Amino acid sequence: MSLFDYKLSEIHNKMNDGELSPTDLVDQAFKTIQERDDRVGAYLTLDEEKARATARRLDDQLIAGGDRGLLFGLPVGIKDNIVTDGLRTTCASQFLSNFNPVYDATVTKKLRHADSVILGKLNMDEFAMGGSNENSSFHPVRNPWNLEYVPGGSSGGSAASVAAGEAYFTLGSDTGGSIRQPASYCGVVGLKPTYGLVSRFGLVAFASSLDQIGPVTKNVEDSAYVLQAIAGYDSMDSTSANVDIPDYLSALTGDVKGLRIAVPKEYIGEGVDASVKEKIMDALKVLEGLGAVWEEVSLPHTEYAVATYYLLASSEASSNLARFDGVRYGVRANNPSNLLDLYHESRSQGFGPEVKRRIMLGTYALSSGYYDAYYLKAQKVRTLIKRDFDQVFEKYDIIIGPTAPTTAFKLGSQVDNPLTMYLNDILTIPVSLAGVPAVSIPCGFVDGLPVGMQIIGKSFDESTVLRVAHAFEQHTDHHTKRPNM
Amino acid sequence: MNISTQDVQHVAKLARLNLSSEEELVFTEQLNAILQYAEKLDGLDTEGIEPTTHVLHLSNVMREDEQRESLPIEKVFANAPEHEDGQFKVPAVLE
Amino acid sequence: MSTSKYETVIGLEVHVELHTNSKIFCGCSTEFGAPPNTHTCPICLGHPGVLPVLNRQAVDYAMKAAMALNCTIGDRSKFDRKNYFYPDSPKAYQISQFDQPIGEHGWIDIEVNGETKRIGITRLHLEEDAGKLTHVDGGYASLVDFNRVGTPLVEIVSEPELSSPEEARAYLEKIRAIMQYCEVSDVKMEEGSLRCDANISLRPYGQEEFGIRAELKNMNSFRGVQKGMEYEEFRQAEILDDGGVVVQETRRWDEGQGKTISMRGKEQAHDYRYFPDPDLVTLHIDDAWKQRIRASIPELPDARKERYATEYGLPSYDASVITASKPLADFFEESLKYTSDAKAVSNWIMGDLLGYLNSSNLELSGVKVTGQGLGEMIGLIEKGTISNKIAKTVFKEMLESGKLPSQIVEEQGLVQISDEGAILSIVEQVVLANPQSVEDYNAGKQKAIGFLVGQVMKESKGKANPALANKLIVEVLSR
Repeated sequence: MSLFDYKLSEIHNKMNDGELSPTDLVDQAFKTIQERDDRVGAYLTLDEEKARATARRLDDQLIAGGDRGLLFGLPVGIKDNIVTDGLRTTCASQFLSNFNPVYDATVTKKLRHADSVILGKLNMDEFAMGGSNENSSFHPVRNPWNLEYVPGGSSGGSAASVAAGEAYFTLGSDTGGSIRQPASYCGVVGLKPTYGLVSRFGLVAFASSLDQIGPVTKNVEDSAYVLQAIAGYDSMDSTSANVDIPDYLSALTGDVKGLRIAVPKEYIGEGVDASVKEKIMDALKVLEGLGAVWEEVSLPHTEYAVATYYLLASSEASSNLARFDGVRYGVRANNPSNLLDLYHESRSQGFGPEVKRRIMLGTYALSSGYYDAYYLKAQKVRTLIKRDFDQVFEKYDIIIGPTAPTTAFKLGSQVDNPLTMYLNDILTIPVSLAGVPAVSIPCGFVDGLPVGMQIIGKSFDESTVLRVAHAFEQHTDHHTKRPNM
Repeated sequence: MNISTQDVQHVAKLARLNLSSEEELVFTEQLNAILQYAEKLDGLDTEGIEPTTHVLHLSNVMREDEQRESLPIEKVFANAPEHEDGQFKVPAVLE
Repeated sequence: MSTSKYETVIGLEVHVELHTNSKIFCGCSTEFGAPPNTHTCPICLGHPGVLPVLNRQAVDYAMKAAMALNCTIGDRSKFDRKNYFYPDSPKAYQISQFDQPIGEHGWIDIEVNGETKRIGITRLHLEEDAGKLTHVDGGYASLVDFNRVGTPLVEIVSEPELSSPEEARAYLEKIRAIMQYCEVSDVKMEEGSLRCDANISLRPYGQEEFGIRAELKNMNSFRGVQKGMEYEEFRQAEILDDGGVVVQETRRWDEGQGKTISMRGKEQAHDYRYFPDPDLVTLHIDDAWKQRIRASIPELPDARKERYATEYGLPSYDASVITASKPLADFFEESLKYTSDAKAVSNWIMGDLLGYLNSSNLELSGVKVTGQGLGEMIGLIEKGTISNKIAKTVFKEMLESGKLPSQIVEEQGLVQISDEGAILSIVEQVVLANPQSVEDYNAGKQKAIGFLVGQVMKESKGKANPALANKLIVEVLSR
């Protein structure tokens, strides 16, 4: 058993009892990274020296007593699209392979403020575009449950490192499923908060109207702790919601009696593996056993979500990624003959194929004559998709379904067909478009690979999402299983 | 709507990307497939439906007109590919 | 110029920088003239991950400007991204406003050759300014300074209703005056806080549809605006006269060469791909907000001009000139706190002050004279303490030193001699020394008096009261 198998509250108890120190945890992290990361590939940059220095400072603080942050001493890995002052941040792109941010993201500041220990930066699909982590321009991440399989994406490093015990917890970002889908593939807990709950300041934008940062942890209680530490209004983010942050820990009552669960028929129908559906049905039985009731409902616009998402997200991305022009930072192409050449060559050499494809799609969708047909149309369909959720939530407390239609697939098996790859996100994308919160938690295994259950809540009702997830977790042991490495 | 190789070339120019002729062909094919898939939206009646730019209905988010410290100059150029006399340097704009 | 066959059609796009303390989307200073790139931060440099937060003051100023231009302020406004690559644009998009600008459907009145004409204003929108490029290495490289990037800017677009370069200039001067009165901008063309692009085309008289237009840039002074358009009028007329076709393009006014030059190369297929900026939220502008801004709008140039004519009886032309510049009008009113002779103040402003400013190419802020100084000086003339002639010396001194006239008069001993005894002794000397003039006077030549007065003034170093001198000479000669 690894130290990282303890829950956060257990670790803090052990620290109070003098059995464990921040340095012990950092030692554990780097030891596991040393042993496993050449196989997993979760990290792009390690900050060992600083991490150890921080841990030593916290060791002293532990002895001295006094105030401690919520995440005191816990080793964290940060997805490489969240900027860290002075620590290389690449977005897994060649373009930013030499980029050292000069400021901290708001969440980075909050992690420091909460006394966690930053280990390094985590691999991902380049600029968060992808669902398998094969789009990292450095190296792919592999699924700790089976190294032949992908860990999912785009936060593949965030999920795989937690599953492999290479970080106590991590932060990922989710635009269309990028936290939940890899959490599902890797058998960990991945939470996408309500849009606006966690500041986006310092998150390198992919699709600004969809991006959210969230925690990846081994269990639901830890997820609540991390969310508590990173949620909240930020005056640096105009789209940050000025709402009161509840005490998420106190929501974990284990009580789901009378809970009204909606199960969208579109989430367990055609295209969803029978074995995955079976695990979800098993999970619903567990919740039923705890006094919850479930009914099948319809989210009728589900089938339009993927198309809507790819038009909107790619359009925003085409504009968000225009700043990577080789003028102020990033890798500039050698000896450009003129300015246009500098732009074209730097961007063409710096971006991988998936990034180029989405920039092309987005540029086309926004270009003169097509805006109404694509971008505006997609924004209107987004309204319809959001209404689907609003209507279901009038009668139900929570929506449950699988996180992904299948378990993880083999590396290289889908790279040639972007559209097939996009359809892996069919169950996470609608949630992103609606902006509501959802968590993926492990709910079983098929052929040795984890299956994730997606629990979707009302806007800013993370408490219910976590409460249901926690109740389920209390009565199952899927989350305690570890890959054999 | 069908997208031609010429369209792909035009869009690449707008996006400041160089595509090899092979990439042009692949992208033409792939973008067509994606856009064809996106055509399913055409079947939906969205008459009178408001577009969603933000899921949160926030408005009037503003800051007061207060100055904050700027970056020290060495940080301004910390990541600069080329700079000279306290300014970023690029090849000539006009050729 | 051979433009008589053609009607000129001009529309102007005027950019006015708003003088907020901080930039529109970040806290960096907007101060002009700082060392390059010292007023920058990750936000205005477009670093990965940054987000914009709107400066409330910029919105207030934009609304104020729009209202002063008689625009309608919508209940909703929003920001859009205008996507284009250029080294002075760090994000490769400019945050601007596309279909919901702050103000629309405004107008201003301009006056050319004594005639008033109303010019429509299509829209006023708020956006961020770009950085500044300098060309180096013999034109092979450019340097970029991002201090200016993110300075709040309003773009004011006129209807194509200006029909001559003079009108265009008058329109621009009026916009400047209104912005100055509203105190939303420094409006200094030489510092770029007021900039102007023009669309100009010609069409044969009587033709409905517009001719093909050229977009004219780089007109960095009021004179440049007029000259640039005059040249363009001439150039297009020549092409049309020769049966040619004007090319739709962007042209740059080259002050040195005195002509406009095509800016090929910058003319890449423009497709700005506007879309709503997802990093910013909608503005809901309610009536209370509108009223608060409306209440802050001061008396504008037209109203002031009207008041100067009725209240002070200034000639219309003088009133126009003085009210065209807020500092000048304020100077005028300041003077009137120290004298009640508005016409005298106006005359000094129109004559000595503007004459000096024009000949030395200065703004009012470039000289030290104050309204109080001029007002008090006029008071000294009225009281007879100094003569008009001495006043000219005093005024010159005030321009340079800013001292009050009483101090100048005292320091330089310029007080007019009105003491009869003192002047009498000078008169007697002068009469003795100029027998020929005395003879002429006795022979009935009245002109001789003038000469003798001149001599008295000369002897007294200009200090003798000329009226008194005149009277005493007549007395002495008739003894």
